Amino acid sequence: MTGNKGKGVRSDCFVTLELTGKGGIDLQVQSKVAVMYGDDIRREALEILKFFGIRNAKVTIEDSGALPLVIAARLEAAIKKLRPSEKEFLPAILKENNYRTEKDRNRFSRLYLPGNSPSLMVNAGIHKPDGIILDLEDAVAPDKKDEARYLVRNALRAINFYGAERMVRINQGQRGLDDLDFIIPHNVNLILLPKCEHPDQVRAVNDKIKTLSPVTRHPSRVTWIMPIIESALGVMNAFAIAGSAENVVSLAIGLEDYTADLGTRRTAEGAESFFARSMVVNAARAAGIQPIDSVFSDVGDMEGLRQNVLRSKALGFDGMGCIHPRQIAVIHETFAPSAEEIDKARKIVNAFHKAQEQGLGVVALGTKMIDPPVVKRALNTINLAVKMNKLAKNWRETYE
Amino acid sequence: MSKKVRTTHASSTVRTTHASSQQVTNAAGRVVPTVINGKPAVPYMGIGKYKPEGFRAAPKLASCADYPADGNKVVPSLKEALLKAGLRDGITISTHHHFRDGDLVATQVFDIAHELGIKGLMWLPSASFPCHEPMTKYLADGTIDHIEGSMNGALGRFTSEGKMQGLGVLRSHGGRYQAVQDGEVHIDIAVIAAPTADPFGNANGVNGPAACGPLGFALADSQYADRVIIVTDNLVPFPCLPWQISGNYVDYVAVLDKIGIPEKIVSGTTEVTKSPDRLLLAEWSAKFCDEAGLIYDGFSFQAGAGGTALSIGIFFSEILRERGWKARFARGGSNKYLVKMLEEGLVEYILDGQTFDLDGVRSMRDNPQHVWTTPFTSYNYHGKGNFSSMVDIVILGATEVDVNFNANVVTHSDGYLLHGIGGWQNTLFGKCVILPVPLFRDRMPVIRDEVTTICGPGELIDVIVTERGIAINPLRKDLIKKMKNSSLPIKSIHELKAEAEEICGVPAKPKFTDEVVAVVKWVDGTVLDSIWRVKR
Repeated sequence: MTGNKGKGVRSDCFVTLELTGKGGIDLQVQSKVAVMYGDDIRREALEILKFFGIRNAKVTIEDSGALPLVIAARLEAAIKKLRPSEKEFLPAILKENNYRTEKDRNRFSRLYLPGNSPSLMVNAGIHKPDGIILDLEDAVAPDKKDEARYLVRNALRAINFYGAERMVRINQGQRGLDDLDFIIPHNVNLILLPKCEHPDQVRAVNDKIKTLSPVTRHPSRVTWIMPIIESALGVMNAFAIAGSAENVVSLAIGLEDYTADLGTRRTAEGAESFFARSMVVNAARAAGIQPIDSVFSDVGDMEGLRQNVLRSKALGFDGMGCIHPRQIAVIHETFAPSAEEIDKARKIVNAFHKAQEQGLGVVALGTKMIDPPVVKRALNTINLAVKMNKLAKNWRETYE
Repeated sequence: MSKKVRTTHASSTVRTTHASSQQVTNAAGRVVPTVINGKPAVPYMGIGKYKPEGFRAAPKLASCADYPADGNKVVPSLKEALLKAGLRDGITISTHHHFRDGDLVATQVFDIAHELGIKGLMWLPSASFPCHEPMTKYLADGTIDHIEGSMNGALGRFTSEGKMQGLGVLRSHGGRYQAVQDGEVHIDIAVIAAPTADPFGNANGVNGPAACGPLGFALADSQYADRVIIVTDNLVPFPCLPWQISGNYVDYVAVLDKIGIPEKIVSGTTEVTKSPDRLLLAEWSAKFCDEAGLIYDGFSFQAGAGGTALSIGIFFSEILRERGWKARFARGGSNKYLVKMLEEGLVEYILDGQTFDLDGVRSMRDNPQHVWTTPFTSYNYHGKGNFSSMVDIVILGATEVDVNFNANVVTHSDGYLLHGIGGWQNTLFGKCVILPVPLFRDRMPVIRDEVTTICGPGELIDVIVTERGIAINPLRKDLIKKMKNSSLPIKSIHELKAEAEEICGVPAKPKFTDEVVAVVKWVDGTVLDSIWRVKR
């Protein structure tokens, strides 16, 4: 048995498989979209059974409108439970998904999606998060973790994420390393490494990636790693983790587990996690990577979320997780430079360019001297504003 | 227009009456019967092409000598009222749907008819709901011959499977008024459930335990039926004010213990959506209206009852508040969200055809700027104009849309009839009609080469908003021009269709027999499309 059925289940299917000694394939399909796709579903199922060399079996598919990539994942998982095989039935990689991501790209928002819930995956990209996390860890029930791998693999290949960075949160320990078999060769951009406490964990992931990469991937295609700090030990080792490998691009903090580890409770004010958050920000900055904050879990409270983002930004974070698509816009708007910040940055950057044009070594605004780090920060603000369409690229042409 | 005449091959023994009738291809390119339940019918000719002639139908003259001088028309029971009204085989009985899924009256009427062994009735509801499922047994045993109105859920399924004796007729709210007024349908007995009434028959929907707001859907019934029965569970001494239904039309008043289930009258489907995908549709729809200049100080809009439409109202509110603008009027279905806009001064008037919750009922009762309307004022196409064409923005739903912008609201892509038309067809005459629809529902693409059933001709549908792009009807060159530099993803309808099929695959079409089980009427009474029996 694989997949899901019942009230409230959509875009999924429930598959049962029984291998029989003789009698050929007995395939029963019950589908919400039988009139439109009943024949397609049968054809697909028979092709997959044939691919895995199944000649005699009783198969039932109860379909609530699953896309072909979902049906394939469910059936393959059901087959491999009974008959393990090296073979993989892979949907084609969408050409629209054939993009890489830059090390320093914006990572304001990353949307968590449970790795075994296909209905949430199909439209995730239209909400334009910077990253989409297909979660194999906490969001998947223990008995569903195996089948989720097939779904996540197929989703990475065949669901259009409209430019979002394709991320997967793997499991902890050995299971997490095994997860990589289903991810690394299949078009992933970034791996989230949960409960990271030691640089060795990053190295283990990278060692495994190396064994999977050469045969299937172009060498220039790097898989980024975002370790998640979720414990007191992780906090204490944050700097070593942040600098443990070239492909570590950001350091995230997970506050639910961290506060549990401390033996305290998460509060809205966040005094209990101030030290940890500051440590993560400092460790990441010291290593030259992005510090990323935890999620805000009240999806109905947009004002609370905005306040949370403002605190995050003030602490030095570059982004945060989200668990509902409606949080994305608030996170982007709030992390983005404000009109006031942009205005100030324009003055400084303009003065900087003027000084350069005039061959002056010192940047001044009126009678006030501007220090180089201030200029650098202003340049960052301007770049971000341009990137987020808050400022025209050629703004200086019309700037007084 | 070329009319291709063809004769059907009778494939069913039960349905010989209409299987043998002639069929033609109408101006929408659809094959439709020319005889419906034994009466000739005009095929759809195009928008505004069919002009009626002659005079309105008229009810029989009556004399005060035949009615009690003390004004007391109360009879001991609904059964007695029906018998006095002349309940007999083969007549037409009408009911209204202001109680939605909480209606306790319509089914009782047919329980009584069944008990008396009456056969071959025609039921003319203004709409049907899941609570009317028991009618399927009366359709099956011949108590009811067929339904003209709407066939939702179980009734639609029953119809689609070819089990209804006569041919079903689907009409819009305005089309129902038009059909009764034109004499296309003659009501023998109108049963009007009224939340409050007096013994003379004056009635309203704003007071009483089953309060539902207006009673506009029963207006034509009161004016044109041979006999009119008011059924209430809240009888008050004369005068019942306001009198939305005038007692001067009424023959009998029957009092029951309970005529409706309040919590089902105010349906729970009218909450703002929490679905991120639908919220995106709402946000883009509102943004489209704003960028296209459709929102201005003094504009008007039709608020739908669906979660997406409600959310659009909230986005409208934000825009109005920010700029200090007001809508001159909003067309209901009203509910708490629209009432809030009225009370906040963002909307000057609500012109309300039906009320979806108790805030709406309260507002209609207490606020003179919340006005009840009827299908006559709002929708009747055979009149000297109506309100629908004066509305700036109309937001509607659809089960399917095709590449020619034709839309379907009654059948699903599997061929089954599941919904009624409601006011949907009538509101298409608004100045800009926008359909926010998901590009696909689970694995069901919404944009098709050809809709299963045409309910609205494409030339009246202006914009399709999906979560993957917005298509503007090529006929609306003005909108295309205005949106040329929009930040919204404007695409062609063909691009959208291709995108859905890339994700879902190309859907197969449902298989039908050559037997018509129901027809869809256009607002002018002509036959727009046929609904065919599904092949199982």
